[in-house]
Amino acid sequence: MPAAQADPARPDPTPDEGRTVLDARDVSRALTRIAHEILERNKGADDLLLLGVHTRGVPLARRIAERIHSVEGHRVGVGSLDVTMYRDDLRSHPTRGPQRTDIPATGIDGKVVVLVDDVLFSGRTVRAALDAVSDLGRPAAVRLAVLVDRGHRELPIRADHVGKNLPSARTERVGVLLEEIDGYDEVRISGVGGPA
Amino acid sequence: MTVVIRGASLLGETTADLTVEDGVIRDVGTADLGGATQVIDADGLIALPGLVDLHTHLREPGREDAETILSGSMAAAVGGYTAVLAMANTSPVTDTAENAERVHDLGRRAGLVDVHPVGAVTRDLGGQELAELGLMARSRARVRVFSDDGRCVDDARVMRRALEYVRTFGGVISQHAQDPHLAGPTACCHEGELSGRLGLPGWPGIAEEVVVARDVMLARHTGSRLHVAHVSTAGSIEVLRWAKAQGIAVTAEVTPHHLLLTTDLLSGYDPTFKVNPPLRPAEDVEALRAALADGTIDAVATDHAPHARHDKEHAFVDAAFGMLGLETALSVVSTVMVREGRMGWSDVARTMSTTPSRIAGLEDQGQALSVGSPANLTLVDPTAEVTVDRADSVSLSRNNPWHGRRLTGSVHATLLRGVPTVLEGKLA
Amino acid sequence: MKHLLSIDDLSVDEITTIFETAAEMHDVQHREVKKLPALRGRTVINMFFEDSTRTRSSFEIAGKWLSADVINISAKGSSASKGESLRDTVLTVCAMGVDGLVIRHPASGAARQVSQWVDAIVVNAGDGMHEHPTQALLDAYTLQRRLGSLEGRRVAIVGDLTHSRVFRSNLQCLTKLGADVTVVAPPTLMPSGIEPWSRAAGFATSYDLDEVLPKADAVMMLRVQRERMAGGYFPSAREYTVGYGLTKERLAQLQPDAPICHPGPMNRGLEIAADAADAAQSAVLDQVSAGVAVRMSVLYHLLAGEETAS
Repeated sequence: MPAAQADPARPDPTPDEGRTVLDARDVSRALTRIAHEILERNKGADDLLLLGVHTRGVPLARRIAERIHSVEGHRVGVGSLDVTMYRDDLRSHPTRGPQRTDIPATGIDGKVVVLVDDVLFSGRTVRAALDAVSDLGRPAAVRLAVLVDRGHRELPIRADHVGKNLPSARTERVGVLLEEIDGYDEVRISGVGGPA
Repeated sequence: MTVVIRGASLLGETTADLTVEDGVIRDVGTADLGGATQVIDADGLIALPGLVDLHTHLREPGREDAETILSGSMAAAVGGYTAVLAMANTSPVTDTAENAERVHDLGRRAGLVDVHPVGAVTRDLGGQELAELGLMARSRARVRVFSDDGRCVDDARVMRRALEYVRTFGGVISQHAQDPHLAGPTACCHEGELSGRLGLPGWPGIAEEVVVARDVMLARHTGSRLHVAHVSTAGSIEVLRWAKAQGIAVTAEVTPHHLLLTTDLLSGYDPTFKVNPPLRPAEDVEALRAALADGTIDAVATDHAPHARHDKEHAFVDAAFGMLGLETALSVVSTVMVREGRMGWSDVARTMSTTPSRIAGLEDQGQALSVGSPANLTLVDPTAEVTVDRADSVSLSRNNPWHGRRLTGSVHATLLRGVPTVLEGKLA
Repeated sequence: MKHLLSIDDLSVDEITTIFETAAEMHDVQHREVKKLPALRGRTVINMFFEDSTRTRSSFEIAGKWLSADVINISAKGSSASKGESLRDTVLTVCAMGVDGLVIRHPASGAARQVSQWVDAIVVNAGDGMHEHPTQALLDAYTLQRRLGSLEGRRVAIVGDLTHSRVFRSNLQCLTKLGADVTVVAPPTLMPSGIEPWSRAAGFATSYDLDEVLPKADAVMMLRVQRERMAGGYFPSAREYTVGYGLTKERLAQLQPDAPICHPGPMNRGLEIAADAADAAQSAVLDQVSAGVAVRMSVLYHLLAGEETAS
C-alpha cells in the first residue's frame, strides 16, 4: 500500500545543504513578474484559469491569482490538478494515492488554462498534466508557468512564463520550499550525495 | 536364516538379545553370535511387537495413482507396521469375497506387511443392503473387520442387523460415527468458532457423539462387538467410558493426527489438513490423549489416506478428505504420549500392536516378545529427533500434514516373520 | 498489500487510503471522460466461478475506467466436477499473461488458495461464505460519507449471518473503523461459535431486532435466500419477515437519518420492505455507485505501482 512518500522528482531539500538560489524576496518578485506576464500575454484576466500542479504548484497558483487580483481587481479561477494517474513512471515507484483535483464549477472548456508548477525539469510532469487536462475538457489554450526552469528536458516542452532560469547539472537537486507547506520561501540547489 | 537382534530393550523394560529363526523368536537372552546370518545392533533401541494398523486406505484397486498395495505396504513397513487393515472404500468396493481375496493376494505378493482387507458393511457402501459379510469371512482373506469407513452406517436398522450377523464368525463392525443429518453435504471441518469465522460448513462434535451413543446401545442389545473408528471428541469418550463400565463389547481407536493436530491449522484453508473426522479443538485433543493413556481408547490407528496432488488442489470444501499417516504414526505417539510421560513403551505395544491385533482377530500378530512367538518386530529409536519431510515419503502421495514438524522417536527396523523389511529407517 | 483477500489483511491506514483514493475516483464517475490512464497496458481478468452480474460489472467498469484491459471469464460449475483442479484452472488462465485476477468462487478460502498458486495479484470478489472485502469497503465508505467518522457509531447487521460473506467482511471492516456493531439473526442463522467470537472481536449479538433498531445509527440488511427454509433454518418467509425483516413498522422505529444498506439483490417483502428500500435514508444506490469508486481505488493501489515483494 502507498506510503506517504515524497515525490523523488521533487525532493524535500535539506536546509543546511547546498546554496540558496532564490530567497523569499526573489520568489515574491518572480511570482509578481509571472502574474504580469500572464496578464500581458492574455490581454487581461478574462477566461483565465490557473491550475496548480500538486504539490507545490497549488500554492504557487493561488499566489499568482492573488497578484492578478491586486493588479486587475479581477478574481481569476484557481484549481488544483493531480497528475499521479497520468505519470509515465507509475510502475517504477510504490503506488501513491492521488491528491485532489479541484476544478472550479465553471469547468475548463473554452478557458485559457495556465498550468502552474514549481520546477520544470524533464517535462514529464507537464506531459502528464496536459493529458489530465484533456480528460477534463477542451480549453481554448493551455500555457505553462514555472517558478524555476532547470533545463534537461526529455520532451519537446517549454514554459511560457519562467520565474528563474537555473542552469544545473542533471545530478544536482533543486528544492523549492514554500511557506504554505515548508514554513518559508526559498529555492536551493545542492550537489550530488544527498539521499537518493 | 538366523537374525540376532543385539541388546534391544524389550518394551523399554528389560534388555536382551533376540534370536530369530524361520520366522519365529527362538531365543530371548544372550545370543550366540556365531550362528547368526545377520546381526542387528539394537543398543539403545526399543523392541516392540510389529505394529498393526486397524485403519489404512491403500487405494488399490481404483486409485493406483494415489497409492498401491505395494507402495502402501512400503509406507507401512517404514512406519514399523507388520500388518495393516485395508479399508473397503476402493473401486470396486471390497464388498465381495472375490474383491477381498484380490486385496489379500496383492498384499501377499508385495510381501512387506500382512494386508488384511476390511469388508464393506453394506453393498457398494450404499448403507442399505448388507454386503456378503459371511462369504468374505469364509474367503481366503478371512475378513473379520467390516466397515463402510468414509461413510457412516447411518440407518439404525442396518447397523443392528450387521452387528447381529457378524457375531457368528467373530466379526466386528468398525463404525465411522458421523450422523450425516447433523451437517450439510459440504461439511468439511470441525464446527466451532473457527468454522464460523472462516465460513466453512462444519460437522459438530455432536454428529459423532449421537452415533457412538446409539451404537453402544445397539452393541449392548445385540451382544456383538462394536469398534468405533477414529474417535475425535471428548463427548464420544464420555460415552465410551460409560459403555465400557457397563461391560458393553466396544473398542475404539484414535488417529495420530487427532492426538496432535488441532482445528486452528485450517485458518489458511490448506486442504492438507482436511480430514474426516475433522481436526478438533485442543480440549478434544487433550481428552483423546487422556483416554488413550487410561485405556478408554484401545488403539491407535492411522487412517492413512493418500490422495493424488490434483485431488487436494481444489477449493477447501471441494478437496479430498484425508492425510498420510503410516510412516509417522509411531513418531507422533512417541512424541505426544511417551516423551510426555503419559505412556510407556509397553502401552505403545498394547495400543499399536497387541490390542489392534486382537480386535482384528489376527493370530500371528501382536504377540509377546517371547520364545515361540512369530518374529514380527519393530525396533524403535526412542531419542531420535526427526524433522518430517514429505519428499522423503515412500507413499505415492504427498498430502502429509506432518511436513516440517519435529518429532521424537523413529522406527529403526521392522521384521516381518523374521525377515527385515526395514533397516536403519530405510526399506531393506 | 500484495492481494486483497480479506479485510483482515488491511490496516486502518490502508483502509483510509483506499477511501481517499476512492473519493477522487468518485469524481471521475461524474466527468464526461470517465477514464484514467493509470492501468494502461495492464490486464485484469474477472474470473467468476459463480454468477454475479453486479459485482462483475462493477469490477469491469472499475478496471476499464482505469484503462486496464478487462476480460471476463465465466468459470461456473465446480472445476472438481469437470476433473480439473482449481489450481490447474487458474494457472491455465494466468499463463496467458495476467496482471490482476479478480476471483469470485462459491467456496470459502478459494481466493487465498489461488493467491498462493499464481503470480498475478488476486482480488477476492467473494469466496463462499467467507469474505467479500470490496463490498465491505464500499459499505463502510458509503456510511462514512453519510455519517462522517464511524468511531462509536452503532451499526446493526441483520439477517442470514451464517451464510453471509458480506457479514464477515463488514464486521471486520466496521469494527476496525471503530464502529459499535450488533449482529441480529435468529439462532439458526447465527454462525457457529458466535459467542466466543463476539467476545474476542468485541461486537454484540441479539435475537431482538426491535430492541436494537431504535438505537442504531445505521442498519445493514442481508439477503436471505428462500432455499434456507428447506434447510430448516426458519419455518416460513412470513415468520422471518415478522421476526427479522425491516418492515414498514420497523422503519418508523429507525432514526430518520440512519442509512439503510443492503448489498443486493434485495428480496423486497422478505428481509426488506419496499418502503424501507426506497426510503430517503436508504443508501442502496449510493452503495452501487461507491462500489465502482472503491474497486477503482483497490485496483489502482494493487496494480498501478511497482511490483512489491510479497
